[in-house]
This record gives sequence, C-alpha cells and structure tokens, in this order.
Amino acid sequence: MKYLCLIYDEEKRLGGMSKNESDAFTSEYFAFTEGIRKSGHYLGGEALQPVQTATTVRIRNGKVSTTDGPFAETKEQLGGFYLINARDLNDAIQVASKIPSARLGTVEVRPIQEFNQQ
Amino acid sequence: MSEDAAERVRETVDAVYRSDSRRVLATLIRLLGDFDLAEEALHDAFAAAVERWPRHGVPAKPRAWLVSAGRFKAIDAMRRRARFDASQAELAERLDAPSSDPAGWEDEGVEDDRLRLIFTCCHPALPPDAQVALTLREVCGLTTEEIAHAFLTAPPTVAQRIVRAKTKIRDARIPYQVPSRAELPDRLDTVLHVVYLVFNEGYSASSGASLTRHDLSGEAIRLGRLLIELLPEPEAVGLLALMLLHESRRAARTSPAGELVLLGDQDRSRWNRDQIAEGAALVERALSSRRFGPFTLQAAIAAVHAEAPSAAATDWAQIVGLYDVLVRADPSPVVELNRAAAVAMRDGPSAGLGLIDAILARGDLGDYHLAHSARADLCRRLGRTAEARASYERALGLTRQAPERRFLERRLGELPD
Repeated sequence: MKYLCLIYDEEKRLGGMSKNESDAFTSEYFAFTEGIRKSGHYLGGEALQPVQTATTVRIRNGKVSTTDGPFAETKEQLGGFYLINARDLNDAIQVASKIPSARLGTVEVRPIQEFNQQ
Repeated sequence: MSEDAAERVRETVDAVYRSDSRRVLATLIRLLGDFDLAEEALHDAFAAAVERWPRHGVPAKPRAWLVSAGRFKAIDAMRRRARFDASQAELAERLDAPSSDPAGWEDEGVEDDRLRLIFTCCHPALPPDAQVALTLREVCGLTTEEIAHAFLTAPPTVAQRIVRAKTKIRDARIPYQVPSRAELPDRLDTVLHVVYLVFNEGYSASSGASLTRHDLSGEAIRLGRLLIELLPEPEAVGLLALMLLHESRRAARTSPAGELVLLGDQDRSRWNRDQIAEGAALVERALSSRRFGPFTLQAAIAAVHAEAPSAAATDWAQIVGLYDVLVRADPSPVVELNRAAAVAMRDGPSAGLGLIDAILARGDLGDYHLAHSARADLCRRLGRTAEARASYERALGLTRQAPERRFLERRLGELPD
C-alpha cells in the first residue's frame, strides 16, 4: 500500500543552522533516502523550496485568483515529501520515524486513495 | 431431543457465548481481515449453533466449530454479494484458499489473536477516546449503549467513534498484529493507559452523582488479568496490582449515606483482604523483575497503605522514598503533589505546605481541585483558617463531582469562625 509522508519543518530553525549542522542534516537525508531505496519502500520524494516561493491558486466566480504565500500560515511549513510503499501503517510509521525531520519537526503519514478505474 | 435436553443445549450455547465469543471474534477478524465482517460472522455462527447443536449435539471443540461456521457464513455471504460486485468474488476466493488451514484455528495462535485484537484496538494512530470505546466494544463485548452509559455520553457519539476507528483501521491499513519487540514497550504503554483509564472512570467518575461506576472497574480488572495471562510484562503485572489495591478499598471509600471517606478516615476492617493479598503478591513479582515502571511504583505505594493497620501507623518514610523514585521515573505535578502530601505526614503539615505552594507558584495544578483541597487541609491543621477557607472555596469551584462537593462543603462548615 502507498503512503505519502508529508514533512513539516520550522524553516526559521533550519535557516538558523550553521553550515556544518546544515550539511550534516542534508547528508542524513541522503543516507535515509538511500536506505529506503534499498529496502524497497521508496517510490519518490522531493524537497520543496521555502514557503516564501509559494503561490496559492483558486478559481472563484469563474476567475483565477492567485495569491502570494502558502495555503495556510503555520509555525511549521510543508518542506518536502516521500511517497513510499509499505506493508501496512505500522511499516509506514517505522519508515516515517526515521525521516531526519521527525526529530525536529513533524511527519504526517497519509494513505494514498486508490481508485478502481474500469 | 426432549425439552430438558434442548434447554441444556441452549444453556451451553449461552455459556460458550459468555466464555468464548471474544476469542472467536478475535480469530474471525484475522481470517476475514475486517471487523464488521467478523462481527456479522460471529452473529451468524452463534445463530447456526442455536439451530444445529440441539439437533446434532454440542461439537467436541465448540470454539473451532464456531470459527469454522462463521468463516463459512462470511464466504457464503460474499459469494452472494459477488453477483453484484466482482471484487467480493475475489475476496471470497482468497478466503476459501486451501492455505486457510482449519487445523490452525484451534488453540495455537488463538491466544495471539486476542493480543492482536487488544493491540489493534489500542493502536496509537487511533484517538484515545476511540481506543477506549473500541476496546470495551470488541475485547470486552460491551454494547455501545453500555459504554455510553458508563462514560455519560450519548450512544450515537460512542457509535460514531467506533465507526470512525474501524474506518481508519481499514483505510489506513492498521495491521492486525502484536507489535515487534522493538515497538512493544511503547505500544504496551498505550494499552496499559487505556486499561487504567477504564478503571479510573469506574473508580472515580469524573462527574455525576455516583462516586464509582463499578462495572467499568470490574471490566478493567478483567482486562488486566487477560493481559498478564497473554503477555506477562512487569508493568502489566504492576497495573493489575494497582487496580486490585485501589479496588480493595471500595467498600470503605464511601459512607452508607454516599459520602466520600478519605484514606486516613477509612474503616480498614472493611478493606478487601483477598484483593490486598493478591495485589501485594503481584507488586512483589513486578518489583523483582527490575524492569518495572510507574504503575508498579504506584502499586507499591498502595501496598504500603494496604498493609498499615492505621493511618498513623503507616510507614510514611517508605512512601516518601517510593514517591522519590516515581518523581524521577514519571515526573508530573500530580505525582509531586502526592509526594508533598506524604511529606506532610512524615515531617508535619508545614513541610508539605511549602512543597504544594512551590508547585502552585510555578503555575502548575492551578485548575486541579485536589491541589487546593490538599492545601486547604494542611492550612486547617496549621490553624491558618482564612487561607484554609480560601483554598476549600477554590477547590469547590473546580469540582463537578457531587460527593466531592459535599465533602468540601462539610469541611468548610467545620472551620472555626
């Protein structure tokens, strides 16, 4: 079954890291990604640019409305994701708990909805 | 078959339902992979037993017979639905595969099924109130109405919690398994907290007229016994000990008029000696493992009280010592408050008062009625009447429980002018 791991970090805190800290954090991510490729969990994953690059799009009254900023202002911001293949929720939780940001921020685990197309 | 014999068979079916329906359900959930299907199958299996056993006799292994009948009925129902829904046919085929070996349905694995059921109902991905409702519904077999009554909630609210929890178990694929050794301590902790919450809800109802709701405490103790039978971990043993030692005081905790009686004022001849003996033996067993935690420490404290002939003759030094360990193992303001009360007994009221005032000054427990009533009591003993009155009034403003309110009002009335 597929699960999306949504990674929330406090950008201010990550931005405040020294170069050494930041490099160590990044290499932890590389090692983690390598690990879940080997274990067969990995389906995809990306890091996002900071939230100030976000644009929110809606259509209201038939018109496209474009606003600067994320969907919601929060203390921790969506900063990346992994799409994983896991046996069940316990397996997915095990993977999510090893994402480096689980220690500093929050990881939300959501099962992917499958549609039967006939 | 004569009327008498048929009546005896019906009694047997009832007895098997009481003793084994939860075990059969636990196994059916594993075989069918779905709570609702399994409940329907359980119902069908007992309906078949009521019909067949009087005519054909009670089978040698009633539980295996029921599992087999329930599984057969479920597959049958899926095949009938398959005429309208192709996915049901596939499910029915999979369930009917030869790998589902009937020999494995009896005994081995069945105890594991009950553990699987407990761990699934208490999965940390479910909200706490749903863990409690689901455990009482599926593991203990209480009806939705009984759970709602016990928790002073509306039945539709409880029903909705259970439906949502089952939906999450299915859709997020919460597995039906006992956690691995690495996950076990955390997961067991969640289970123990659910059991303790059920016990406490029965022992000291958070609101309402009656101080205790007996059935819930009984269910929690039954759950505790089941748990140590299936998984004899020290903290599970400690929790059962704690519940038994608290339960042993039930008869002495309220006066015939329904008034609250504090530990120090209780008639100790009314304590249940059998429960104390069992609880104290379990405490010893948990402590000797050297892998115990907060529940065992609380049980050890309760055991010191239980073995004291009177409040004055209690070994307060030992109780303070146990609280010192507990404060380190499981730091919380409530544990500190209890420790302060024990220090007041060992060293006198002003020592305890100093500790309570330090907790309150830190900004903790300001909304906790017991902190203010404990403070009031120490001020009363020190002759600081005005402070005692203010603290009793503060406590009164914070509790909804009728017997507690009457107790505080009585204490206020007894203060000198």
